[in-house]
Amino acid sequence: MAGFVSKLGRPSRSPHRSTTEARWLQWIFIGIAMLFLGLFLFVPLASVFAEALRKGLGAYFESFKEPDAISAIKLTLTAAAIAVPLNMVFGVAAAWAIAKFEFRGKNALITLIDLPFAVSPVISGLIYVLMFGAQGWLGPWVQEHDIKIMFAVPGIVLATVFVTFPFVARELIPLMQAQGKDEELAALTLGASGWQTFWRITLPKIKWGLLYGVILCNARAMGEFGAVSVVSGHIRGETNTIPLHVEILYNEYNFVAAFAVASLLTLLALLTLALKSLVEWRAHKDQQEEPVHL
Amino acid sequence: MFFRKQKSALPGFRITITFTVIYLLLIVLIPLSATFAKTSTMTWGQFWSTITDARVVAAYKLSFGASAVAAFVNLVFGLLVTWVLVRYKFPGKKFIDAMVDLPFALPTAVAGLALTAIYSKNGWLGQFTEKLGFSVAFNPLGVFVALIFIGLPFVVRTVQPILEDMEPELEEAAASLGASRLQTFFRIVLPELFPALLTGFSLAFARALGEYGSVVFISGNKPMETEIVPLLIITKLEQYDYAGATALAVVMLIASFTILLLINALQRWSQSRTTN
Repeated sequence: MAGFVSKLGRPSRSPHRSTTEARWLQWIFIGIAMLFLGLFLFVPLASVFAEALRKGLGAYFESFKEPDAISAIKLTLTAAAIAVPLNMVFGVAAAWAIAKFEFRGKNALITLIDLPFAVSPVISGLIYVLMFGAQGWLGPWVQEHDIKIMFAVPGIVLATVFVTFPFVARELIPLMQAQGKDEELAALTLGASGWQTFWRITLPKIKWGLLYGVILCNARAMGEFGAVSVVSGHIRGETNTIPLHVEILYNEYNFVAAFAVASLLTLLALLTLALKSLVEWRAHKDQQEEPVHL
Repeated sequence: MFFRKQKSALPGFRITITFTVIYLLLIVLIPLSATFAKTSTMTWGQFWSTITDARVVAAYKLSFGASAVAAFVNLVFGLLVTWVLVRYKFPGKKFIDAMVDLPFALPTAVAGLALTAIYSKNGWLGQFTEKLGFSVAFNPLGVFVALIFIGLPFVVRTVQPILEDMEPELEEAAASLGASRLQTFFRIVLPELFPALLTGFSLAFARALGEYGSVVFISGNKPMETEIVPLLIITKLEQYDYAGATALAVVMLIASFTILLLINALQRWSQSRTTN
């Protein structure tokens, strides 16, 4: 269960209450909370950059010039470039079917879509080994046709698709359910085609939710470690993603390079959080500007 | 499999539901069912001895124990963080609120690396814990610390919306009837937050149970001591013991699916409570 919990579409309330704690007690609570977050969030965050810059900026940037690092970055970008659009199309299709129509088995379908979040990353990789590995269900067939899936790029892409499967769908399903289908029906009555209705009516209404899902999906796709580690085979320069490259460098006691490459992923995480806050803010603003529908 | 209950004027049901179901089958359901099929090639005796091996049992204890304690720590501190974020004003609040999601956004391998660096003998915090006579990295304590990190946002994010939407009238009424602040909290606020707290706890627990990336770096992976179940699955795979790896995977899958069903039931319960 690796999901973000969505903050879209939530009204904000003023924190002012007539019943509250004394100011000194508030500061003690704030202090303890910040100490906890400092210890578990900010110290680890700072340590990544401190370790990466231990031998200066020269050594830091040197780590990215290595051909293995460059190929790892390329592979991570490739995997995300395939997995994210696939799961985005799936998310929109699933949300359309679930939110706009009534059918039997809907709740079961929603639960099944969430399944990948309940599966350990290691098991997410294992299932594809059991499918396409030498002893797997499709292993002999795959070998006969000279297709490489395990310990090759397709396996990494498959594992990435699996772990990021629910992100867009679980963001859009509640959003589209809440929006109903009256506006779409009105457009159809006025003579718009199904596609026109989707592009002109539905998409503008769900754009922030969609973007939110895509941002989170992308972060996970680029950062996945366990699942990819199982299917990759760890061939340097060929099947190593950025997180796997970090592990190899670390195991070789090349700490500065390991933390330098890890800092790249950390920057990606910070960028993700910034974009996420921006989308939350925009969605909130749109919501307030929109006239009230009765 | 999925029949529409009534005709709708909107187009696109058949194509979207067909695509959804086929994609779900191909990516998720068929590959997952491979685990159950693989274990059926083992005899019951083989399966049983694999999943009750002493080294495996030690890993269960660590995985379930550390996950439960870490989720509990996150329950207590998560509630405190949520309370402070929702009820109090202080500088940098928005920034802190956004940063709570860091464990979701930061790749687990990076988290593992960072925590190992901090808690190693010469690390920022490790040097102090060493002086106090205990070490975190390469010990069960390290597993626990990593699991606190990755589970941190769950309780905050599940409790936050409930606390924000809570009507102040109840607390005011309790106060005006003479209840102390502490009584109001335990009698009024806490019961209201209970379903969300339990959901957050379960989510953090389930996530911790399956976690691999952050733990492998800090745990040191000592057999019988700091091995978690996902690591044993990998170890068995590396020894080409696919059946053994799958047997452990089935145990973990059953555990996490049970928790998933519990969480779903919990969420329905909390929804019905708030709508009533």
